[in-house]
Amino acid sequence: MSDASSRPTLGGIAQGLSGSRRDFLRSSAGMVLGGALAGASPFLYAGPLKKRKMIVVTFGGGARDQETFAPQGQDNIPRLLKELIPQASFFTQVVNHGILGHYVATASLATGVYETLNNFASVPPQHPTVFEYFRKDLKRPPTDAWVVAPSNGFSHIGESDSRLYGPGWGAQVVLPKHLLMAAMSQGTTDYEHLLRDNYETPLFAPQLGGNEFELRQLETMLKLSVADFKSQAKTISSPDELSIYVAHQLMRQQAPSLIWITMHDIDVAHTGAYSLYVEAIRRTDRLCAELWKIVQSNPEYAGNTTMLILPDFGRDSDEEAGGNGFQHHRTGDPSSRTTWMMALGAGVREGVIYDHPLQSTDLVPTLGSIMGFQATLSQGRPIQDLL
Amino acid sequence: MLPRDLKPEQFSSYPPEARKLAVNNLTTLQQLPLSFLPSLLRELIEYDYKFPVEAHEISREIAQLGSLSPAQMQEWFRSFRELSLSNKFEEFNWLNQPAQFVEQLSAYLWSTHQLDKFRKAAMEYGDRMRATATPAQPPASRLGIAIIGQGLNSYDGLLFRNLREHGTYFSHINPENGVQQLLKVVATRAQASSLPYGHWYVEGGQTIEHSPMLTCVSYQALEPVRLALLSNMQAEIKRPGMGPEELRTNLAALQPADVGLDKQGDAVLNHFQLKLLTEGSGTQIFSTTFAQWTAREALRRAQPLTLLVRFGPRQRERSMNELLSNTDGHSEPDLRGSLIDADMGAYYNWINQQRLPGADRSSFIAWFEGSPQAVAIGPSFAQGATSNSVASLKDILTWAVG
Repeated sequence: MSDASSRPTLGGIAQGLSGSRRDFLRSSAGMVLGGALAGASPFLYAGPLKKRKMIVVTFGGGARDQETFAPQGQDNIPRLLKELIPQASFFTQVVNHGILGHYVATASLATGVYETLNNFASVPPQHPTVFEYFRKDLKRPPTDAWVVAPSNGFSHIGESDSRLYGPGWGAQVVLPKHLLMAAMSQGTTDYEHLLRDNYETPLFAPQLGGNEFELRQLETMLKLSVADFKSQAKTISSPDELSIYVAHQLMRQQAPSLIWITMHDIDVAHTGAYSLYVEAIRRTDRLCAELWKIVQSNPEYAGNTTMLILPDFGRDSDEEAGGNGFQHHRTGDPSSRTTWMMALGAGVREGVIYDHPLQSTDLVPTLGSIMGFQATLSQGRPIQDLL
Repeated sequence: MLPRDLKPEQFSSYPPEARKLAVNNLTTLQQLPLSFLPSLLRELIEYDYKFPVEAHEISREIAQLGSLSPAQMQEWFRSFRELSLSNKFEEFNWLNQPAQFVEQLSAYLWSTHQLDKFRKAAMEYGDRMRATATPAQPPASRLGIAIIGQGLNSYDGLLFRNLREHGTYFSHINPENGVQQLLKVVATRAQASSLPYGHWYVEGGQTIEHSPMLTCVSYQALEPVRLALLSNMQAEIKRPGMGPEELRTNLAALQPADVGLDKQGDAVLNHFQLKLLTEGSGTQIFSTTFAQWTAREALRRAQPLTLLVRFGPRQRERSMNELLSNTDGHSEPDLRGSLIDADMGAYYNWINQQRLPGADRSSFIAWFEGSPQAVAIGPSFAQGATSNSVASLKDILTWAVG
């Protein structure tokens, strides 16, 4: 019989998850603990910066430690471990205290406030987004902030309905599947594998959109003809791969200063097929490394870009009786709430682990402090280790 | 309406046994907070279609609540009463639609950041309820069997990674007639300890000959039901204003006959099978998911003495719209992926079995069908050990359960 008083606390379990990530990375990647370092700003070592660029990548719809940073998961993230982590500052304990649905959690990450909107409704965030703070405070043009998002529900992620910011100050949102649907309307239908959508409710698969707006976006912003886009799409194996291709094209054509890429393939876990979930983690691992290579090979970005990679949240633990393990993120247990963040590039200390708890809402004020804008309505606090 | 306003005649739409239980315990139900009662009613309204073990547990739970003094009642439900609920919940028809109420309550608790409080209250309640009675031990030790990798000749990856540390890994099993040997042992156990819904055979592929004493659930046998359900879902999705929550509400209202489950059949099993397909994610499209979820629900609800699950090959991944519309529904199977799914599914079967009373005496065997690889867990097997001795599955079963 279990005794409530002897049950580990949520904080204790989160600390345990964090500790296992830390120990694993220290032993496998030779990283050092952040607390052992002098407190000087990493920008002292960063040298003169060109116009600062920031890329935020959400790591694909929630992945657990067992399949990533625990010893048994390391086979699934070889590129993160061998290529990116040695260049990165790694935060072992990022806790999401909000609603664990992908749209609402991504909106919370983007606003720095735990949003309470309906996860399945196509509505804007209730609080100003990082894109609005960035563009309004720094007087940046619309082409300087972009979101590449996975599915229908994310079409409003770029701009809140806040009266202080809102209309006109948001990011441009590109939905690669909509681009593809628009392109497909002019011919072939060979791309079904790239149009997977909305695993979070596998019982409900909404029809994807795609119209004249997307075709104009394709031609004017991405400088791609329909024929070229379709031809390229034929070589791509998943929706997230399509997102990275679109992001690459954006960087080449528009070179925005703030790019937010939401990966989603991993959420195939909701179908209950473990092999597909693990396969998606491996793909996301590869895509993150490829994106960083794209950054390094683009003169507009090389040397002046900071990239942050973090899952929006985790997934239920195997031990949680109310859930079904990796399949969902419904129980609100520590495994589903506690995740990690990796920072790499300009202004980031390399090979350092930070073990103290952060909140998902700390992301936006941190971006503000790095890029020079005020996230006035955010509930989070800047992460001092990145400043 | 609040619980204190409940009247006997309001339970008229409940099935007979459920109505009787509710009316006989009306005073108890009236004392429960709105943040709790619909969760209990969600189970109670299905009382007539519950497996014997869970029906007994519902009766016991209500009787236990009825035995609490006013002070105890206050203490037990303080945390639930401290939750702040909007008035709209009082207006909801929670008496007749408790499942829909609970779904909306869950969304509300998430959005008002009260889910952790609710979770804590629910765990405390569960602990208190469990402490009121020693769980009934099963009349015989439980046996779980998972057969994985149907149709795949070989696999070069590491199998049973999660299970090995809990038992003994066998590398030289004689696979000949393995499935038949296992089913025979299951049939013998059913003969020896005859209990309603006590011995199960879950098949993810084509059912093979088995004892009629087993409760059998099969993915392929349910194909007409799955197709009827997918067709129903496609029609609903196309309706204006339809969203995920509305679809769930519609699915929750379906009855077995709506999707072609035999009216003359076993009503309890029909309701169980309907719920597998309307409440499970992915059970409609992937046989591996279906087999794992069926095992989970069978263990949780029926608490069988014996559960044999033979995972079958699932179809390859396609776009969700394709899968749901079932175009080319008999596409080439993904055998390797199915094995990996089933390997994890076997691990979950063992975890779920170990949540039941008598876990310290339970045994579990997982076998890669047609291969010499198996793992066995239980009091008779050393943990984290490997055996390279030649053995048959029958040998292992004998060591496991005598």
